[in-house]
Amino acid sequence: MALDDRKTSATETRLAAMVMPDVGCTKDAREAALARVRAMGLPQRRDEYWKFTRPDTLIQPEAPEAALFDAGEEPMFSDVERLKIVFVDGVFSPEKSDDLALEGVQIDRLEDVCCKDDHWAEDLYGALEADGHDPVHRPLAALNTAYAGDGVTIRVTGKPSKPISLIYTHEDVTSDVFLHHVVRVESGAEATILENGPAAARFNKCMEIDIADGGTLHHIRAQGRDHERRAVTHLFARLGTESVFKSFTLTVNGVLTRNEAVVTLTGDDAVAHVAGAALGDGDFHHDDTVFVTHDALNCESRQVFKKVLRNGATGVFQGKILVKPGAQKTDGYQISQSLLLDDDSQFLAKPELEIYADDVACSHGSTSGAIDEDALFYLRARGVPRDIATDLLTLAFLAEAVEEIESEELRDEIIGRLEGWLERRRG
Amino acid sequence: MLEIKGLKVKLEEEDKQILKGVDLTVEAGKVHAIMGPNGSGKSTLSYVLSGRDGYEVTGGSASLEGEDLLELEAEERAALGLFLAFQYPVEIPGVGNMTFLRTAVNAQRKARGQEEMSAAEFLKVVRAKAKTLKIDADMLKRPVNVGFSGGEKKRNEILQMAMLEPKMCILDETDSGLDVDAMKLVSEGVNALRDAGRGFLVITHYQRLLDHIKPDVVHIMADGRIVKTGGPELALEVEQNGYADILAEVA
Repeated sequence: MALDDRKTSATETRLAAMVMPDVGCTKDAREAALARVRAMGLPQRRDEYWKFTRPDTLIQPEAPEAALFDAGEEPMFSDVERLKIVFVDGVFSPEKSDDLALEGVQIDRLEDVCCKDDHWAEDLYGALEADGHDPVHRPLAALNTAYAGDGVTIRVTGKPSKPISLIYTHEDVTSDVFLHHVVRVESGAEATILENGPAAARFNKCMEIDIADGGTLHHIRAQGRDHERRAVTHLFARLGTESVFKSFTLTVNGVLTRNEAVVTLTGDDAVAHVAGAALGDGDFHHDDTVFVTHDALNCESRQVFKKVLRNGATGVFQGKILVKPGAQKTDGYQISQSLLLDDDSQFLAKPELEIYADDVACSHGSTSGAIDEDALFYLRARGVPRDIATDLLTLAFLAEAVEEIESEELRDEIIGRLEGWLERRRG
Repeated sequence: MLEIKGLKVKLEEEDKQILKGVDLTVEAGKVHAIMGPNGSGKSTLSYVLSGRDGYEVTGGSASLEGEDLLELEAEERAALGLFLAFQYPVEIPGVGNMTFLRTAVNAQRKARGQEEMSAAEFLKVVRAKAKTLKIDADMLKRPVNVGFSGGEKKRNEILQMAMLEPKMCILDETDSGLDVDAMKLVSEGVNALRDAGRGFLVITHYQRLLDHIKPDVVHIMADGRIVKTGGPELALEVEQNGYADILAEVA
């Protein structure tokens, strides 16, 4: 189908400002991705999945400036024993990173993939992204595959003793960054990947995750607190038989965030949980767009998204469970909720179920509401001051999403951040 | 202890007068009961005293040990020593019962300028008190009142009362939804807290709760006023003859 002129022109304007990195072995994948971008066109407001989120600042040639923000607290996961991989404005920093050698995992910088013969990631780069456009186009992910300047490939072969921690720092107020990571979890292997930091003024990140039979991956992400940063991220996950993928994202601040997760359960008895907690105050637009496909027997999926919004902040949720023909005994769950702390904020939700099998259990719900006045009075009648009671109820609202994090240490780390955010806004 | 004079209250949202001049004094160490037909204003009285939104005081006063209650926020009244055992305890998903109790105890201590209770000390005290109310570790861990039976919810109210050690306890239809055994357990919990420094206001429809929690004074409330006051025998009279006789008598 031919694109309309406006779309073509916006796409070409963006592409004209891009330079494809010269990285030999991914060249074919990048060229193919570029062709996909041209065929799909970059997103426009009228596109079905961009009705609630304006794509213009994400596709304009220059990244809008984003002031650096000193949060005045230690970066996330600072006390967690982990293997640090640091990117400064999207460029891998060997000085700031740990030695990448760790038992049970093979980590390479993306550009090194091509230096090694028959590198495992060579065929995977861009492959899950390429499969992830049916039926919904994700052109910004294809743009990422074509132009990603850096990234890592992580192959989990055992059970590494500590999490692999991707840290994105931001020093340049106009940085426009494309990072692309490829993760493969081998059969029976298990690892935890952490991500945190603002990354850039405008950050486009793509992570392709391939989990073999019986593999397990925990993914915990805290997106940077810079108020003016923009981010569009894609997670593409493919799950084999009896594999497990659990992803949790904390988003605090950021003028614009669009997180897409595209998860496909291709092997029987696989489990995928995708969860998120977002806290927005003022000029904050946060969009979770999630697409879970059940294409095997007896798989379980959960989508749990909670947003706390105040001072005109906007939350968006577009979530889908697609159950393909034959994917019997599917257990699908989806909940998206917002807690509106004032009358100025808004939550826009589009939950979707599409089911082509007859022996499945799928439930979904979406709500938007204020603090429960009865619960608030109950707490106050026991002597808990209004502001503390409100915070307690806000944390309670977020609990279902946060509890998706299995590790108690990491969960407490996230809860600490939530409490800090609430505390700073007290009174 | 608790002094209510000519208290008049209407609903904030509609022009409906609920309390039309309530006079009531509860002395320290005494148990007062309020009985009365549905819609007489008993629960409203308990909500207004504890500071719930939605009511407008149009006249009169209410004080606790000389402090004007009506000027205070709900949490300030609680810290002053006022406690309301709810007729319908609220379920709060996501907040653990123990966290809730500890937050409440320490918030009140802080408001009174006392030192907060340490986690270890708190745990010791709460376990001992929970045991006498047959509240097990699981109930303490679960979210506040979520999935609790009617009896468990009421026992949980009494546990909160025991932990907070208020000066003035208002029990709003604590017997509703309780079977005989649960009523006995809850009553024992209340009786254990009776002492010379503490006042009780027990709101109930039925005499049977008063068999377990023996009142010193019984008031009959009707149409927003206390219409009759007497000793425990007044409750028995209600039990035998209903409210009709009394209401006819005072009309």
